[in-house]
Amino acid sequence: MNGQHGLRTRLTRIGVLLFAGAYFALPIVSSFLFSIKDNQANVWTAKYYTGIVGAEGFWPSLRTSLMMAVLVIGISLALMLPTMLVVHLRHPKVRQLVELVTLLPLVIPPIVLVVGVRTVLGWGPDYFAGTPTAAFLSGIQDTNLPWVLVLTYVVLAMPFTYRSLDAGLRAIDLHTQVEAARNLGAGWGTVLTRIAAPGLRGALLNASFLAFALVIGEYTIASILLFTPFPVWLVALGLDHAQLSVSVSVLSLFLTWLALLSISVIGSRGGRSATLRSV
Amino acid sequence: MSSVQNAAADARPAAGPAGRAGGVATGTADRSGAAVSLRGLTRIFGDVRALDGFDLDITPGELVALLGPSGCGKTTALRVLAGFERPDAGTVTVDGVDISRVPVDRRDMGMVFQSYSLFPTMNALDNVAFGLRMRHQPARQRRARAQELLDLVGLPELARRYPHQMSGGQQQRVALARALAIEPRVLLLDEPLSALDAKVREQLRDEIRRLQLSLGITTVFVTHDQEEALSLADRVGVMRSGILEQCAPPAELYGRPATPFVASFVGTMNRLPGVVEAGGRVTVDGRVLPVDGVVPAAGTVVDVLIRPEALEIEAAADGASVVVVTTFRGGSTRLTVRSDAGAELAVDVPTHRATELAAGVRVRVVPSPRPVLVETRAPS
Repeated sequence: MNGQHGLRTRLTRIGVLLFAGAYFALPIVSSFLFSIKDNQANVWTAKYYTGIVGAEGFWPSLRTSLMMAVLVIGISLALMLPTMLVVHLRHPKVRQLVELVTLLPLVIPPIVLVVGVRTVLGWGPDYFAGTPTAAFLSGIQDTNLPWVLVLTYVVLAMPFTYRSLDAGLRAIDLHTQVEAARNLGAGWGTVLTRIAAPGLRGALLNASFLAFALVIGEYTIASILLFTPFPVWLVALGLDHAQLSVSVSVLSLFLTWLALLSISVIGSRGGRSATLRSV
Repeated sequence: MSSVQNAAADARPAAGPAGRAGGVATGTADRSGAAVSLRGLTRIFGDVRALDGFDLDITPGELVALLGPSGCGKTTALRVLAGFERPDAGTVTVDGVDISRVPVDRRDMGMVFQSYSLFPTMNALDNVAFGLRMRHQPARQRRARAQELLDLVGLPELARRYPHQMSGGQQQRVALARALAIEPRVLLLDEPLSALDAKVREQLRDEIRRLQLSLGITTVFVTHDQEEALSLADRVGVMRSGILEQCAPPAELYGRPATPFVASFVGTMNRLPGVVEAGGRVTVDGRVLPVDGVVPAAGTVVDVLIRPEALEIEAAADGASVVVVTTFRGGSTRLTVRSDAGAELAVDVPTHRATELAAGVRVRVVPSPRPVLVETRAPS
């Protein structure tokens, strides 16, 4: 009786695993097969992958997205890490308020956000004509590096950054460590760079990865604001070169997995060997 | 002097646990500790006066333990001294210099915390050297010094271990080495043993005392464990509601408590009903005893406070009490005695006498003719 029950449970587990695996794997495998098949000649080919680097607009769009990703990560962490430290160490009572504020980008639909941004960008330069504000509003719309997207993405990344850092801060006794460091003569800058940041390495990596994924994958806002970062370029490419577009998607997915794996390895290693040389 | 103190005193002129450790001890033993004075400290959190005009003077090289119930303000006093809390009133002076407004990172005070406070991303050597790095010592010097301190606390082989690879006791030893590495003017210990198991706690307690004596460093030790305080400190300060009730050597604190609170808090104290007589005396159980400390007006009904060892007990068939429990405590045995009226008393007797005073034996209990503290009995 027990044996039969155990067998049934195991079979159920295997069934669920196979279903979930197929659910995720089928589209990816199908995409991959689609991207390596020359349908006209009916042969397998790698030309859609080798052709990626030569595709028109690939490098500019990728460069723009990568630059934006670096900036979004930098600005998000520079804003959120000190804020979170102050909230956790000095003003724990305002934590709920901060959490509420960081949730707003999830509550407000991106379309509402982008309509607001577009409206301001539309009338702002004329309304403030001749003032530094007008120059600023024009400057942030540079197509090579659209700062307006960077700033918007910083807002969109806030919930993810907050949650990653909050989980990291709750996992360690930072309060005592900060007091120990201060007691040993460390200033606040040292506390931030040598105690808080290394202690939150995993959380910072997670936050960075989520921000990176958001920037590399965000289409709606960039498209409506008429910029051409990587995702917008990818969709445009798909209209004329479906297989090339899919090969880029598969490659992006692979690179994203690689990034996740790297974060996992770096996070678990804890950078311990690096600190051996720190004294 | 306790056995720990003796051991430490004996060890002072000799080398430490290792040759290099001896060098550290010698290098800093010449330095006398700092004199610390806390005057009129007041710290208010909302409606709570954590410190309420707290005064304490500590002589150079002295170890003072602050003892008291939860919420009495002992940790707040330590944190004000360390600079983590700014007092609402009062001053903190070290060697005559007012440091009340000096930020925590410039106070030169080493602190060991209750919870394990080692930096998890640094190994033991890096942890110990951290304070020296903040003082811009050259890398080679601070590594050597950190290794010396690890030798001193008996962990020379753990230099490359990370906190998660060490036991609680080892972590607190490293934390102690880290606090000592900066040659602090005052060493602050905030219940550093409370998270450890009994055996490790006892070993580390002795280790702290040995180091403190050999380095001659002024130390403030906060604890809620009276055994720890009484066995470790030169003086013990008992706190209640933000004030220092009494600060005295352990023997004096136990033998001549200044207030009924100190008498009740430190050790076990029996309360017997009594009536104050003229001439500073009190009648208890038909015996007249001299009153120590404040004497209420004649005729006042009071609780007479008497230690378990200050009660005389003898087996007597016509006695008014009976032994209900005997607890073996090594050289002495504690008897719990219940009177026919229902009151319970604790009485300590030498263990060799305990056999004749087993549970169920009727006994007569009378207080020894020593001065006693009294507390006016609250109207029921």
